[in-house]
Amino acid sequence: MSYIEVKNLSVGYDGVAVEKNINFTVGKGDYLCIVGENGSGKTTLMKTLLGLNDPLRGQIIFGEDLTKNEIGYLPQQTEVQKDFPASVQEIVLSGCLSACGLRPFYNKAEKALADENIRRMGIEDLKSRCYRELSGGQQQRVLLARALCATRKVLLLDEPVSGLDPKVTASLYELIKDLNKEGITIIMVSHDIEAAVKYASHILHIGDELFFGTKTDYLKSSAGKMFTDSKKEVN
Amino acid sequence: MDKLALYMSYPFVRYAVIVGVLIALCSSLLGVTLVLKRFSFIGDGLSHVAFGAISIAAVLSLTNEMVLILPITIVSAILLLRTGQNTKIKGDAAIAMISVAALAFGYLIMNIFSTSSNLSGDVCSTLFGSTSILTLTKGEVALCAILSVIVIAIFVIFYNKIFAVTFDENFARATGVNAGAYNLMIAVVIAVIIVLAMNLVGSLLISALVIFPALSAMRLFKSFKSVTICSAVLSVICALAGILTSILAGTPVGSTIVAVDVAAFGICALVGMLKKG
Repeated sequence: MSYIEVKNLSVGYDGVAVEKNINFTVGKGDYLCIVGENGSGKTTLMKTLLGLNDPLRGQIIFGEDLTKNEIGYLPQQTEVQKDFPASVQEIVLSGCLSACGLRPFYNKAEKALADENIRRMGIEDLKSRCYRELSGGQQQRVLLARALCATRKVLLLDEPVSGLDPKVTASLYELIKDLNKEGITIIMVSHDIEAAVKYASHILHIGDELFFGTKTDYLKSSAGKMFTDSKKEVN
Repeated sequence: MDKLALYMSYPFVRYAVIVGVLIALCSSLLGVTLVLKRFSFIGDGLSHVAFGAISIAAVLSLTNEMVLILPITIVSAILLLRTGQNTKIKGDAAIAMISVAALAFGYLIMNIFSTSSNLSGDVCSTLFGSTSILTLTKGEVALCAILSVIVIAIFVIFYNKIFAVTFDENFARATGVNAGAYNLMIAVVIAVIIVLAMNLVGSLLISALVIFPALSAMRLFKSFKSVTICSAVLSVICALAGILTSILAGTPVGSTIVAVDVAAFGICALVGMLKKG
């Protein structure tokens, strides 16, 4: 039994399907990259996985003691967050919220968990800094620490490196790779196919052509060949 | 000072001060959330809705206007905060639509059906705050105090949830927090505050009570908690100063409070700039 099994899923908005017949499975410890062109429905698929959108058709089955709310989420930055007055600690702590249930305040264990994840992301020195004053890469680390407070199992990352410079991008990819090695399952939406091929264990390609399989199979497939061919042309 | 002491010996002045401070406190608490959610103008929009409701109540010559005003305002608040998320008419446009429409219909209804001889006086006092804060009865003061305590209690208890929903609604929902319910709660609370505040500053100036303390505090502080506390303290100080000035100088209460709020914002912006640079 895998963590997440998606069967014949159609995703979209307002009843209009953006992408149909998506099938894939995510097992424990996998590193899945969802790639595809702009507008192919990557983000919509992710929102459906998180339960923010309802699936139009098909099923998402959560297995192996994973419940829907145990997925940590690294969203794309919103407009609101850019001038939000909040300290790093406040934001990371908010990842523990669902564990609180109806209890109004955080307990010691949750505060300790937040501190631990701040350390894990190497941002201890920013703990009391204001979120809006941080650089893009630092902000992503803060949001990653928050997501880790919400889960010990699966992380969903929505275009985590968009807008970051190459150096920061590389270090963020390394950080995510390390998390995956520690046993956290990664699902990442990205249009950086090069990085997807480098880091992922499995690839889901959506768009005109659907593909799901391991990285090696992907490179042999027609969808993957398109990518490798285009790369050759550039070179 | 003597003049102030003399005025304070009148119960109606004391009531006005109590109610003013309580409303200022409540409106500033949610102000931070509303400003950050890009709903700065919800105060304005909802107060116009309340104005429309008042005019209907006046035409129907209801003795207890609140029965009509409160539900209508709450429903509008819910609709507005709902449409803010995923619809075709975005938050600011929806607020503008509802606010202008309610204002127009309110005035229209008052104009067509009014029995009052001083129509523009009525409209003016509803919009710009009347002297009704000086004619509060003991019962109204008690009601206001109870509602304020409830608002403050809700805010403290749900503080962490409100923070999470404001900062990142999608993340909160994805991790299983019932964001919709908290948005609904925020909408209801803000509607109650606005109906309360109409007595104090009138429809037009409510936005000022909601947004100025929050914006001032955001110039100075960097964490959500400190911004919230600072905004509450500032709002209370400004309301107190405004009410006392208006008593001593004989100026209109609402506009005086807002003037003090604007001055406080100016000072905070200046201090914030000096701190940075």
